[in-house]
Amino acid sequence: MKTLRYLLLILVLAITVGPFLWELSTSLKGAGEDIYTTTPSFVPHQPTLNNYAKVADAIPVWRYIGNSLVVAALTVGGNILFATTAGYAIARLRFRGRGLVLGLFLSTLVLPGEVTIVSQYVTVRDFGLADTLVGVALPGMVAALNVLLMYNAFRALPRELDEAAIVDGATVPQRLLRVSLPAVRGTLAVVAIFAFIAAWDDFLWPLIVLTSPEKYTLTVGLQYLSGTFTQDQRLIAAGTMIAFIPIAILFSALQRYFFKGVEEGGVKG
Amino acid sequence: MKTQRWFTPWVLVLPALAWLLVFSVWPSINTLRLSFTDAKPLGGDVDFVGLRNYTDMLHDGDVRTALLNSVIYMAICLPLLTILPLLLAVLVEKKLPGIAFFRTAFYVPVIASAVVVGLIWTWLLDDRGLINNLARHLHLITEPVPFLTDRWLLLISAISLTVWKGLGYYMIVYLAALGNVRKDLHEAAAIDGAGAVRRFLTVTVPGVRGTMFLVSILVSVAALRVFSELYILTGGKGGPGGKDQSLVMLIQQYAGGFYGDFGYASALSVLLFVVTLIPMIVLARLNLRSER
Repeated sequence: MKTLRYLLLILVLAITVGPFLWELSTSLKGAGEDIYTTTPSFVPHQPTLNNYAKVADAIPVWRYIGNSLVVAALTVGGNILFATTAGYAIARLRFRGRGLVLGLFLSTLVLPGEVTIVSQYVTVRDFGLADTLVGVALPGMVAALNVLLMYNAFRALPRELDEAAIVDGATVPQRLLRVSLPAVRGTLAVVAIFAFIAAWDDFLWPLIVLTSPEKYTLTVGLQYLSGTFTQDQRLIAAGTMIAFIPIAILFSALQRYFFKGVEEGGVKG
Repeated sequence: MKTQRWFTPWVLVLPALAWLLVFSVWPSINTLRLSFTDAKPLGGDVDFVGLRNYTDMLHDGDVRTALLNSVIYMAICLPLLTILPLLLAVLVEKKLPGIAFFRTAFYVPVIASAVVVGLIWTWLLDDRGLINNLARHLHLITEPVPFLTDRWLLLISAISLTVWKGLGYYMIVYLAALGNVRKDLHEAAAIDGAGAVRRFLTVTVPGVRGTMFLVSILVSVAALRVFSELYILTGGKGGPGGKDQSLVMLIQQYAGGFYGDFGYASALSVLLFVVTLIPMIVLARLNLRSER
């Protein structure tokens, strides 16, 4: 029974991770090596990092990475700051209109982002931010889902936690920063990971906002690499690995917090 | 004792609320407004044209094809992505040595950009790519299968990619729900001599019924919103004769460039919204009825 389980696990592993390994292998194959052989070989016979260097010749890949990092930093920062403050206020403070505010955040979840993408572009253009990285980052800097995740996490904390601090005369910011925030670190990590992945991986929105090639984010630049410059699969493979490896490393470093946060905060609510 | 000033909550809520109003609520209203105009990306005069964009849509063959593709996309994704991730979650639920590694690995396609996995699959499905070469090596085929150039095979390829990329995400959703399924019911059923399949059907499935319903809504809406997979697999061209486009691909085309048309793109957006509401309403009613 246990063996069968492991066999199934390994089969699924091959299906989910296999394509990435095949791409990695292609990216490491030398120019003299036939990558189209009918007996596919997973191990490069002439391993080389040359393809990675050549990506930088075909597209300004460092610039694109920088652009993606700027967008990701703004998105992560915005979501951490504003989802925390808004989630805290709705969950832990009493004020008139609280239910209405919560309802507004909930109702926008029903709306697929693609539906508003055209008029979002009109808004960003009217701000004079078309074809800028700030324009790419701006709409994603506060995600309603993240506000609700933080709201759920703060709401799950016991009332007594606040009451002791109130007796000690702690102000709202002090209570938020010293008492409640440390208790919801797991959810905060999930919000940060989600925000980074969303910004780093996004394609449609930067494709619409950006027109100048030097401002492209990595995903748009990659698509440009495969479409315009090259039919060389080794180069495209190296390019995809450049986009994929940072996020794979980030995720494996933080996956413990991620899975813990998902199991604790996200769902039970 | 006064513990807070009246404006403190508002100071905390306001930034996020302002964002919501500017980038979500207002664009929703504005989409509806623009859909009755002839607004162009390059600015200039904007005139109200009444229902013209909507009547144009009725006669637009591209829109009809995109809708057909969307319905097929949803009809195939919905059962697969509602059931397969549940089986996967059951598989990784047990605390076996090394299970954390498998869970993380199964989640990897979720975190990778649709562009990245789209390019990887383009290479896998190429006429000279891994899958065709393996099949030829095993003498299953003599001619390469045109995964990326045949109108229907291309659609099926994109659907497979969507299913493959979504497995890990919905697996995690189910995994969280499985934690709430009562262990004693499983044990009782096991004592009664129920096998693994029977326990799955009589204990696990009813236990995660609510989550299955949620997942089926998420899957159907996500299938109707598909963009990147089709865009990358078709090299941005929408397949042979543009027959493999989705609604969002059409919206993207009209949203920019010299030939852009914000009015028409907005009308298409309204159509997309209405189309995504349909499975939500149908599934919600089915769920209510089966609860009674």
